[in-house]
Amino acid sequence: MRFQAFGLKFLMAALAVGVTAGTAAADDAEVIKIGFAGPLTGPSAHQGQDVEHGVSIAIDEANEQKLKIGTTPVRFKLVSEDDAGDPRTGTSVAQRLVDAGVAVVIGHYNSGTSIPASKIYADAGIPQISPSATNPMLTNQGIGSVFRVVNDDATLGRYAGDYIVDKLGAKRVAVIDDRTAYGQGLADEVVKAVKAAKGDVVVREYTNDKATDFNAILTTAKAKNVDLVFFAALDYQAAPMAKQMKNLGLTAKFMNIGNLPNDDFQKMAGSAAEGVYAWNYGMPLQDMPRGAAFEQKLKAKFGTGVVQSSPFAYDATWAAISAMVKAQSAEPAKYLPALKASSYDGVTGAIAFDDKGNLKNAAATVFQFQGGKWNTLSIERGKQQQNAGL
Amino acid sequence: MNNTYLKFGLLILAFIALPFIVNAVPYLGPSWVRILGFAMLYVLLALGLNIVIGYAGLLDMGYIGFYAVGAYLYALLSSPHLSMAGLAAGVMNWPIWLIIPMAAALAGLCGVLLGAPVLKLRGDYLAIVTLGFGEIIRIFMNNLDQPVNVTNGPQGISSIAPIHIDAGAWSYAAGEAPHALFSLHSKWSLFGLQVTPVINYYLFFLLIVIFAIVMSKRLENSRIGRAWMALREDEVAAEAMGLNKRNIKLLAFGMGATFGGVSGSLFASYQGFVSPESFTLMESIMVLAMVVLGGMGSIRGVVLGALVLSVMPELFRDLVNWVQPVIMDNVTFISRDVLRNILDASTLRMLAFGIALVLVMRFRPEGLWPSGRRRAELHDKDDDPEAKTLGSSASAEASKAGRSTSTVHFHRGEAKA
Amino acid sequence: MVPVGVLPARDALYEETLVEAQLNVLMQQILNGLVLGSIYALVALGYTMVYGIIGLINFAHGEVVMVGAMVTISVLTMLMGFGMSAGVLTLLFALMIACVICMLLAQGMEKFAYRPLRKAPRLTPLILAIGISIILQNAAMMIWGRGYKTFPEVIEIHPVNFLGATLTNVQLSIMVISVVIMFGLWVLVDKTKLGKAMRATAQNQEVAGLMGININRIISATFLIGAALGSIAGVMRAINYGQADAYMGLLLGLKAFSAAVLGGIGNLFGAMAGGILLGLIESLAAGYMGQVTDGFLGSNYQDIFAFMVLVLVLLVRPNGLMGERMADRA
Repeated sequence: MRFQAFGLKFLMAALAVGVTAGTAAADDAEVIKIGFAGPLTGPSAHQGQDVEHGVSIAIDEANEQKLKIGTTPVRFKLVSEDDAGDPRTGTSVAQRLVDAGVAVVIGHYNSGTSIPASKIYADAGIPQISPSATNPMLTNQGIGSVFRVVNDDATLGRYAGDYIVDKLGAKRVAVIDDRTAYGQGLADEVVKAVKAAKGDVVVREYTNDKATDFNAILTTAKAKNVDLVFFAALDYQAAPMAKQMKNLGLTAKFMNIGNLPNDDFQKMAGSAAEGVYAWNYGMPLQDMPRGAAFEQKLKAKFGTGVVQSSPFAYDATWAAISAMVKAQSAEPAKYLPALKASSYDGVTGAIAFDDKGNLKNAAATVFQFQGGKWNTLSIERGKQQQNAGL
Repeated sequence: MNNTYLKFGLLILAFIALPFIVNAVPYLGPSWVRILGFAMLYVLLALGLNIVIGYAGLLDMGYIGFYAVGAYLYALLSSPHLSMAGLAAGVMNWPIWLIIPMAAALAGLCGVLLGAPVLKLRGDYLAIVTLGFGEIIRIFMNNLDQPVNVTNGPQGISSIAPIHIDAGAWSYAAGEAPHALFSLHSKWSLFGLQVTPVINYYLFFLLIVIFAIVMSKRLENSRIGRAWMALREDEVAAEAMGLNKRNIKLLAFGMGATFGGVSGSLFASYQGFVSPESFTLMESIMVLAMVVLGGMGSIRGVVLGALVLSVMPELFRDLVNWVQPVIMDNVTFISRDVLRNILDASTLRMLAFGIALVLVMRFRPEGLWPSGRRRAELHDKDDDPEAKTLGSSASAEASKAGRSTSTVHFHRGEAKA
Repeated sequence: MVPVGVLPARDALYEETLVEAQLNVLMQQILNGLVLGSIYALVALGYTMVYGIIGLINFAHGEVVMVGAMVTISVLTMLMGFGMSAGVLTLLFALMIACVICMLLAQGMEKFAYRPLRKAPRLTPLILAIGISIILQNAAMMIWGRGYKTFPEVIEIHPVNFLGATLTNVQLSIMVISVVIMFGLWVLVDKTKLGKAMRATAQNQEVAGLMGININRIISATFLIGAALGSIAGVMRAINYGQADAYMGLLLGLKAFSAAVLGGIGNLFGAMAGGILLGLIESLAAGYMGQVTDGFLGSNYQDIFAFMVLVLVLLVRPNGLMGERMADRA
């Protein structure tokens, strides 16, 4: 009895405080939570933080504009979770975001975490927009609410394969991957594309994501007189491979897709960096219509420039916010159709999704390292229509 | 007797109530129930490894390989992968009551296959070779997508069906969905309590864990259990007593492995996705640490070790994530980058884990909650005056021969086995 | 995948050049393997010496190798930042500092962790060693970060043509220096008093103690020598690939230990032979396995060749190729 009385008083007090606090906050703005999941610790921490920054900038802008959804003024809030790049952590983090009642999730960063997490979001009906997961399987699962604002590996592989044979004139190609989900998927697509363009994959070798010794593989490649070595792996492996190619006297061209181009590459590879080709998703920052402005904002708030995926994260966030405003609702079921029908120009280019959730007319850029810096050779786009299966 | 059953019963009730409590606590919530589910899986793993290391004294550092085998078996038999790879007609949908025993059997077979070549090896060699086997299994899983796509390589197998029971066929065409009579992936209410899928899984795992504990206890007190312990203490004497060394060792590997296989198949259904990334050497070492830190050979110790080591990292991570911004904001004389390196949650977590291993092994090698016998074994020489006066050579001899020092009196004459 | 390139008309000259080309490739793979093997051998020596003398797998040895490499990189970067010119002397100076730090590290491990546990059952020090390994790895990540650190360019690397294959001057030096070090170690163990004491302790600790040998000092010395060798191996590895990271010690250590077991644990020659053999096997297998098994097993299995070979050898010859050299233990 006493406890009940106490409880009632407590409840009333809490209500009173809550009401006054609410009104004292001076905006009856509804808070809409935007979830972010990515590696904030671990090997990809740098990238994950970059993505978080992109989301954060978009949210700041939206709040500055004092948007209204329907007639209610809204404020957006970032709910950030760290998945450390690990699939298991990714699923538990996904559960946390769902529990927190987010309206959309921007994430994850790696395909390996995005795919298992997508199940959880799908079950909860929350749309997921990934700024960087490129494995085709993400959008091939039949979930109607997963999107990405980069091209997938099938597309990029196709661009690369065509470029290798048609533009670089390489007839005998060696394809090596690092046996991770990312590298292998990409390499397989490149093999398909090279063969389709009538090139010859004479060497198909594998390593793992921790190796730094590629002498055996490169010796085989040298013996088979390849014109170009394609390596799907990250920069810390591409650099030793470039060096070892030079040391072994293998004069073939070297093309890598991973996280190049970046500024550290020359430090890592030394003089072997000269002439290396690399692809990147989307367009170079300076070619993006509002890229420079975006980077300025990023530097102003966080002190660092763009690493790689922050512009994409920014676009992903804005796609979600725009859809919510257009549909006049932050409820996933209601704004999903508006999201699917998105069509506008973001920082990274035109944002529009196909029926699987992939970006339409996605661009990719090929660079070459010359004279101490990365030069844009060409921006490819538009060949992704036949995105059948994996 | 009644008292023990009563205590055990109360404990089980507490564990059953746990997820509901955790679910309701605002700070914790369903994601922590999920963590509890994983903790149950680890308890199962630890119990299995306890048979190999704790009872039989065989140092297996590749135990996670059995976990992988069980997981992939379930994945292959409950997902569209085989049909996508062209190896089966439709989406596989084998019944759970068949898959779990199959996983146990397959893992057990692998255990025996692992044990066969290493029978003659001594402790340290055994460790390295089993470690090698664990890695071999992982790398095979990572690469068996050519020439026939069995495991889908590094991309893993996804869209794995949750645990369910249905009356349907064992495979169905893609696009159809089977009608599940009962699935762990459903919500229902019990006496007014909302039971979510995560809680369903946890309770199911708890059931299996209880079964495993009972089985472990029975094994411990059985003839086989005693044979294992005899083998552990002194191989030569055991053989002299008429025990078939080879069979006993194989049985240890096999039985231990079955627990791993079952745990793996449950894991696959829980996560919905398996990839070789989940079966690394570090996982093997984690499970090993659970057994050793908890107390080798002691069921309660092992369960405690598993619970602690699977929940601690999460707590730790939350702690670091909470502390990190505070430190980053207030400590300005150290550069951002350096601080970020130091305050990285996963690094700190592993560092704490390593320190825990070292401290426990140095000062309390029998584990946190060992059987009394084991504690006596490992600390016996602390009270033994003779061991002290002869320098350490006598007990050094005895332990060099791999025997416990509690029997130093009987073995002093024999320097070699 | 058989190469279908443009080949000269089939005649005697063609046959000759084809065979010569194949031989050149083989020689290249062999030389690659020898370089790899030299590094394995130096690390394996550290394992085998410690195991021979106290029967313990020093799981943390791989991390000591890693620390050697990382410290050298840091010191070099610092020195060159101060304006010291690039060159062999600078490298040697940095290497010396790294050596000292590694030796201190090994000494610390031995004194505070392994020595108190000398009488404990096998499992305890092994797990303790695993714990130390984890601590070192993560401490390294905290100090140097998780990424790869590039080895500063102190030495000019240029390719050298050697028996039809292309090596770099650094790789050649690695092989030569390894041989010199191994020879030096053999002289130390076989001909000096310290070496005799080490051998005696390995044979029978108790009796050696009775003969007046200071067991603790000898065991410390073993750890120190092992650490010195390890740090040199770490630097060799870092310079060969141009980079080092906090993770490099683990796999390297495992493979080197496998090499030591392969050759016969406790046996110095075994470790040397095992290391070189392992390097050769890895290189040749990675190069040719794909062709031999028609694509079923390929270079992606490179890392487990070490383990597979180990298992096979232990099945056939449980004491390793050259036999064990240890006191009889059950």
